[in-house]
Amino acid sequence: MKLWNRLMCYCRRRSPWIFHMNSGSCNGCDIEIVASLSPRYDAEQLGVRLEGSPRHADILCVTGPVTHNAVQAIKTVYGQVYGPKAVVAIGSCPATTNVFIDSRTLAGPLNKHIPVDVFVPGCPPRPDAIVLGIAKAAEILAARGSKPLVAAAEPEIVGDPGENCVSCACSSTEVQA
Amino acid sequence: MMTPEIWSSLTTALARLLIFPGLLFAVPAAWFFLWVERKAVARMQGRIGPPFMQPFYDFVKLLGKDTPQRTGVGGMLMKAWPLIAVSAAAGAVGLLPVLPASGGFQGDLILLLALLELPSMCIIAAGFSSRSIFGEIGSAREAVLSVSYNVVFLLAIVSIAASQHTFSLSALAQLPASPLRWLGIAAILVCLPAKLHLNPFSLPNAEQEIYSGPMVEYAGPELAMWELSHGLEWVAATGLVATLIAPAFTLWWIAALVFVALSFVIVLLLSVTAAATARLQIDTTVRFYWQCTIIFAVLAVASALFMRLKA
Repeated sequence: MKLWNRLMCYCRRRSPWIFHMNSGSCNGCDIEIVASLSPRYDAEQLGVRLEGSPRHADILCVTGPVTHNAVQAIKTVYGQVYGPKAVVAIGSCPATTNVFIDSRTLAGPLNKHIPVDVFVPGCPPRPDAIVLGIAKAAEILAARGSKPLVAAAEPEIVGDPGENCVSCACSSTEVQA
Repeated sequence: MMTPEIWSSLTTALARLLIFPGLLFAVPAAWFFLWVERKAVARMQGRIGPPFMQPFYDFVKLLGKDTPQRTGVGGMLMKAWPLIAVSAAAGAVGLLPVLPASGGFQGDLILLLALLELPSMCIIAAGFSSRSIFGEIGSAREAVLSVSYNVVFLLAIVSIAASQHTFSLSALAQLPASPLRWLGIAAILVCLPAKLHLNPFSLPNAEQEIYSGPMVEYAGPELAMWELSHGLEWVAATGLVATLIAPAFTLWWIAALVFVALSFVIVLLLSVTAAATARLQIDTTVRFYWQCTIIFAVLAVASALFMRLKA
């Protein structure tokens, strides 16, 4: 039984299937997710597969600053992912709502609605940061196992977003603060 | 009373179903072929691709996911379809006449064709029982596709069999190569991408249009069973072509090696075709099978009749 659990943990770490969800993003981060699956970054080496159905996925990748319209959809899709599962917030928008902060059309940031395990800040984040974020989420997922879902006490923050934050020229520390 | 012959044929049948070419061989082979498919596509796209054990990792991970709560008759059916598909595909692999003198009976070709068809029937049923709109579209496409390619597929196999007056697989596998057989093999190869849901005929599980089609509501262990049945279908379908191509050997290990090597080549061929093509529309696909490849079937049937008349 112990051996089976170790094997399961090993396999979970090596087979993160992701579902990508846009919650009002400008499409910048979505393009970078696709770029992280492209020949240059090739996330499939880590076993990453972009799935069409949230039922098949282990990791929910959310982009965008969470508009009012998207809140219910995010909750539904989060419920449709079967456990053990993890959530990666991709870009500065789901982390802080970025330049749209204080907009009356937004209900963000994302962790007000669902527990987030890994933040990948950046506007947009680099594809290698996204791959790193997915790998971190897979480790969290494997450690969490089939225990009932609890949000990570301290969400991971990966990547260095400062250098290519195109829309607001903020540094990584500012985005997090 | 159980006579010794019955016992020996029973043990042969069990060995074929459980050991070679059955489950003990077919399950690792299914994972290997799934890996070859993904790796070949990745290499064609200039990527490195998944590690060797990836389909195994995926399978174990899916077994460890939470199981969806399903209630009522619909729920029971949804649980049953992947299991039926896996057992049918495993049975089809077990029937392949890989080893010389491994038994078999008159009419096992018909059983093999039925078992090969069962997984796609299960996919159609699964999509409709999921009551998801994407699942239903996927199932409708699978049904239309199945009606189109099966005309050519079945006519090709049946004409090979009819020309030799036998429905026994081992007798067919030992025949000398003839133009009719090569014609039949070509027709079967044209049908395989549709049977295995590969590009350019990957309509039922078109990820970009209808998510995963009939599989859209499946998760966890049930999805693992679908992955496994897909892998076993790979082994059975490529194995059928491999046994038709392979010349007859008397040594069992040469026969097994040639079978594995030929299956591998066919998997590679199909994967490269899948990577090099884009998905066709459903009407184009149907037209392709009914108008273009039907010529194979007509030629095969005509030459089978000709051979019967000459004999």
